[in-house]
Amino acid sequence: MLRYIARRVLQMIGVMFALSLLIFAWLRALPGGPVDALLGERATPERRAALRKVLGLDQPLPVQYLKFLDNAAHGNFGVSSAVQPGTDAMQVFLTRLPATMELTGVAIVLALATGIPLGYLAAKRHGGIFDNLGVLLSLVGVAVPVFFLAFVLKQYFAVDWQLLPLNGRQNPDLNATRVTGFFILDGILTREFDASWDAFLHLILPGVALATIPFAVVFRITRASVLDVLDEDFVRTAEAKGLTRQVIRRRHVLRNALLPVVTTIGLQVGGLLTGAVLTETVFSIAGLGDAMNLAFQQKDFSVLQVLIVMAATTYVVVNLLVDIAYAYIDPRVRTR
Amino acid sequence: MTVSRKAAAVVVFSAAALSLSACAKSDRGSGTSGSGGAGGNSDATLTFAAAGAPSTFDPFYASDGETFRITRQLFEGLVSFKPGTADLAPGLATSWNSSKDGKTWTFKLRTGVKFSDGTPFNAAAVCKNFERMDNQNDAGQSAAEYWATNMIGFKKSKDDLFQGCTAKGDAEVELKLLRATSKFPALLGLSSFSMQSPTAMDKYKANNISAQGEGFAYSEYAKSRPTGTGPFTFSSYDVANKTVTLVRNDNYWGDKAKVKKLVFQIIPDATQRKQALLAGQIDGYDLPAPVDWDSLKKAGMNLEVRPAFNILYLGLNAKKNPALKDLKVRQALYYAINREQLVKSQLPDGASVATQFYPKTVDGYSDGVTKYNYDPNKAKDLLKQAGQSNLTIDFWYPSEVSRPYMPDPQAIFQAIKGDWEKVGVKVKPVTKPWAGGYITGTQGGAAPAYLMGWTGDYNTPDNFLGSFFGSTKGQMDTGAYPWGTTLASDLAKDDSIVDPTQRTAAYKKLNEQIMSQWLPGLPISSSPPAVVFGKGVSGVVASPLTAEDFSTAVKK
Amino acid sequence: MAAMNLNRKKQRVDELAATTGARVEGNVDAGGIKDAEGVSLLASAWRRLRRNPAFLIGAVVVVLFVLVALFAPVLTGHDPSTRYLIGEVSQQNNPVPKARPGFPLGGDPVGRDLYARLVFGARNTLLVAVLATLTGFVGGLILGSLAGAFGGWVDSVVMRVVDIMLSLPSLLLAFSIAALFGRASQWSVILAVGIAQIPIFARLLRGAMMAQRHSDHVLAARSLGVKPGSIVLRHMLPNSLSPVLVQATMVVATSIIDAAALSYIGAGNADDTQPEWGQMLGQAQNLIDSYPHLAVYPAICIIVVALGFTLMGESLREALDPKSRR
Repeated sequence: MLRYIARRVLQMIGVMFALSLLIFAWLRALPGGPVDALLGERATPERRAALRKVLGLDQPLPVQYLKFLDNAAHGNFGVSSAVQPGTDAMQVFLTRLPATMELTGVAIVLALATGIPLGYLAAKRHGGIFDNLGVLLSLVGVAVPVFFLAFVLKQYFAVDWQLLPLNGRQNPDLNATRVTGFFILDGILTREFDASWDAFLHLILPGVALATIPFAVVFRITRASVLDVLDEDFVRTAEAKGLTRQVIRRRHVLRNALLPVVTTIGLQVGGLLTGAVLTETVFSIAGLGDAMNLAFQQKDFSVLQVLIVMAATTYVVVNLLVDIAYAYIDPRVRTR
Repeated sequence: MTVSRKAAAVVVFSAAALSLSACAKSDRGSGTSGSGGAGGNSDATLTFAAAGAPSTFDPFYASDGETFRITRQLFEGLVSFKPGTADLAPGLATSWNSSKDGKTWTFKLRTGVKFSDGTPFNAAAVCKNFERMDNQNDAGQSAAEYWATNMIGFKKSKDDLFQGCTAKGDAEVELKLLRATSKFPALLGLSSFSMQSPTAMDKYKANNISAQGEGFAYSEYAKSRPTGTGPFTFSSYDVANKTVTLVRNDNYWGDKAKVKKLVFQIIPDATQRKQALLAGQIDGYDLPAPVDWDSLKKAGMNLEVRPAFNILYLGLNAKKNPALKDLKVRQALYYAINREQLVKSQLPDGASVATQFYPKTVDGYSDGVTKYNYDPNKAKDLLKQAGQSNLTIDFWYPSEVSRPYMPDPQAIFQAIKGDWEKVGVKVKPVTKPWAGGYITGTQGGAAPAYLMGWTGDYNTPDNFLGSFFGSTKGQMDTGAYPWGTTLASDLAKDDSIVDPTQRTAAYKKLNEQIMSQWLPGLPISSSPPAVVFGKGVSGVVASPLTAEDFSTAVKK
Repeated sequence: MAAMNLNRKKQRVDELAATTGARVEGNVDAGGIKDAEGVSLLASAWRRLRRNPAFLIGAVVVVLFVLVALFAPVLTGHDPSTRYLIGEVSQQNNPVPKARPGFPLGGDPVGRDLYARLVFGARNTLLVAVLATLTGFVGGLILGSLAGAFGGWVDSVVMRVVDIMLSLPSLLLAFSIAALFGRASQWSVILAVGIAQIPIFARLLRGAMMAQRHSDHVLAARSLGVKPGSIVLRHMLPNSLSPVLVQATMVVATSIIDAAALSYIGAGNADDTQPEWGQMLGQAQNLIDSYPHLAVYPAICIIVVALGFTLMGESLREALDPKSRR
């Protein structure tokens, strides 16, 4: 087992190393560069060339890469040129992580809270109108471009009816104290409950927009697995034993059907984090997705490097943990 | 199954732990101080939407409008501009005069002024500021865009316009220049050359700038300790909530600001800014799209239209497309554009067709320049004469951006493209994000034809022409033409003329020459940009330089 | 949007691969008359599909969409890039020309016929979606076959590459590829969206092939001395195709949405003489507030067509999946 894990970790490090090299080379192949964001439209070509020299962008790529690795080893990931100018890229990642985690958290809760009951109901009335409507809804959720849905939500709930905040994470007037960067948690820790509540309200619309796809997934998996479980022997046995349908549902069906749902959620977290790119842009939330988009637009290499490597690391680590878990359950995997 | 659930729990927990510890650290770093919850302000807070994050709070190292909008509220320069105009007015200097040769300038300083940290503003402080600006390390020299383009050199080198500052007593300074220049003293009104507290700059190591990775690492001063004499002082930059907060400077020497707090909230998307204003979440934003002007007014918003102090032009680069070397081709491309229709259909009321490289209000504007009125047949003829009837050209426009002189680049691009296609020119569109390849591409000479523009920093011809043609290797690569160096040297010569009447006449002549004989690019239009405020907000005077002062803002 | 699909796709892919792979093996084990079984399988799938309303709706939408795309010039007399109404456009007073006879939906901000643009938009949307799917399919075919057919170190290397690609969100991957092109065009969008789909197809094919590698008919062929290349092409590939085709139907939908997202972030096709719905939606962003119809029409088109392809794909999958045969 340990040897298996060691091998996989080594493999993972190899993948990450290759990835960092690829990203580094690829970013520098992009047209444009950080010089635009730093100097603006007024600088002459001579001034641009001088800046490239100061930044070391005129050196050969391998030299730049080695310099980058050396700096990274010292905890210095390069300074952001556009997203948060002057801030170390890793710091940008860390300050923006909580926003994304809050948003995805709300989206997951929403997806579960709606997807599971609806999926269960749909399976119970398999083939009925409710079932078909539910399936259709889950499919529509996937087919609507997020940024369009977001606009419609904002126009009605924030502008026309003014029920919910339009964008951002919190009303700046509240002047809330920051502790962890998780605004809801911060409000609770500092007893500024109105700040927590305000941050929560800000999360509703983006949460809904982001939840459409995970909702579809949760709904359909719940529905499918409830259908499967309803068909299993132990349910039939229970029925034969004469247990009431209520008891059967509660004790056997739901519990067994939820296992695959739980497993899927684990896998969905990674996808959600990345899905935040559009949602955060549309709602102007200072999270990782927003940073990623800005960094792309303005060629903020330092930030892009860190964001992509961290996203990939999260993905690879989650997969590694899942694989290890499987290996633990199923010894055959280890020998493969 | 149970095992995989445990694994999932471990993942979630460790991720949470990681981010928690990370955040605690980051919070300490940023040093924001909270006042402990909501409420407590009897006075108004004005929230204005910004389109992007400020790059620094030290205006000396900045070159972007988002940064300057903030630093203008914090700092003041020796000279300033009369509200609503581009005319000079007293600033921290009450009066000034120059020697006959235009090389020595004497400024009488305002007395009794203090920086917000209590340091007195006096002649010594002024000289410390100028010496500090001039004395930059390598990274600082690359970052200080405005000094580098206006003063040319650093450290009193032989091309450095700045040659020294002497304090004459407490309330008078003398600045020595290398040569006379029409830019002086107007350029001292730029936010970059604002006066900053010498004490704070020393204490927080303002000149400590370095290049790290692909960006500049600024000093603590530039990040969180900007200290000026302005009507507002810096309070905090909340990165997690994308807001910059300034508070009223209660010891300000002039009229105190009428709102207690001034918050800049960063909302990059234009549609969102409009929605936020309509939803009452913000009190104003810059550059509303002309399409929205009427609907905003109907909704009761205060729309302020600024005088058009800008120029939109179509840059041409003959190095990239040799066909453009022929003056006939450039003229044909100009005749082919229906600028009247473009201005009417794509620009707001008040916009006008441009006939030269700067707007009417700038000295040296000539009514006698060659006008290229819309004439597609003439365009076709000229192309035929030049043997370029099948001309194909790459035409660049920026994506996702709105500039004061160009509210909707894509629509303007489409209009010109359509006009060119009518006379048989094949147009290949190229688009890039404004700060993500477009500027580098066009300024670096990669674009044979492109949309670009300029908003005046102050009212001198050189601020426009010098920026376009002062360098033969500039965006329009005038070095590719035989007359490129003549143009550049004429510009330098005219800039050093001390006598204003002579200077104006020289620029008039130069404008006529540029438009008839040279035509390095095609001036398109000047267009009035707007700024919009919410229902209860008034008092901000729209500035042609897009340099509004928020201290006069009143919020009901 | 597409980014969120990542893990869902991956999982669906693996499920699909497993079930079809198993089915093929089962068929071979049972009778050895593979072809006959295959036909009856398809026949029974078709029988079930015909009675499935979801499939029918999806199919009707898709057929209509293709027809509009093919016969666009018949449906409108106007050219999508001519600025018919530019004369009356004024930024402040009349930025978007109103509907009138001959212009059922009015004009766009530069005076072109909106209806004509929507109709011709179908054509380019179809082109982008189909070519992107094809790109993903061909790329996935090459990588997946290599990995699935040979296993061992080839599999390891190929799958690590696929892992790297999968570890980046597909939208970001598409965005980064689009960014590499100096000039964004229809082709850069197609390649960007298509390449981003490669890992899914690759995984899918590999899974299906892996399941067959040790199956009797492959072992038999190998022991008879059939060349490996020929085994892959003649035996393994055909048996792996059905899940891939199902996936392809759904990827068409994702491609349309991804292309729209690219336009939204500003990495879409810069040339709008030949309009595409995603591009129209992306361009309408700055006017969406004052003139929502400019965005709503292309958005509805995208939603309906994407839904059509998804419905068709989902019903196909259900029909081919033995587990759903109850």
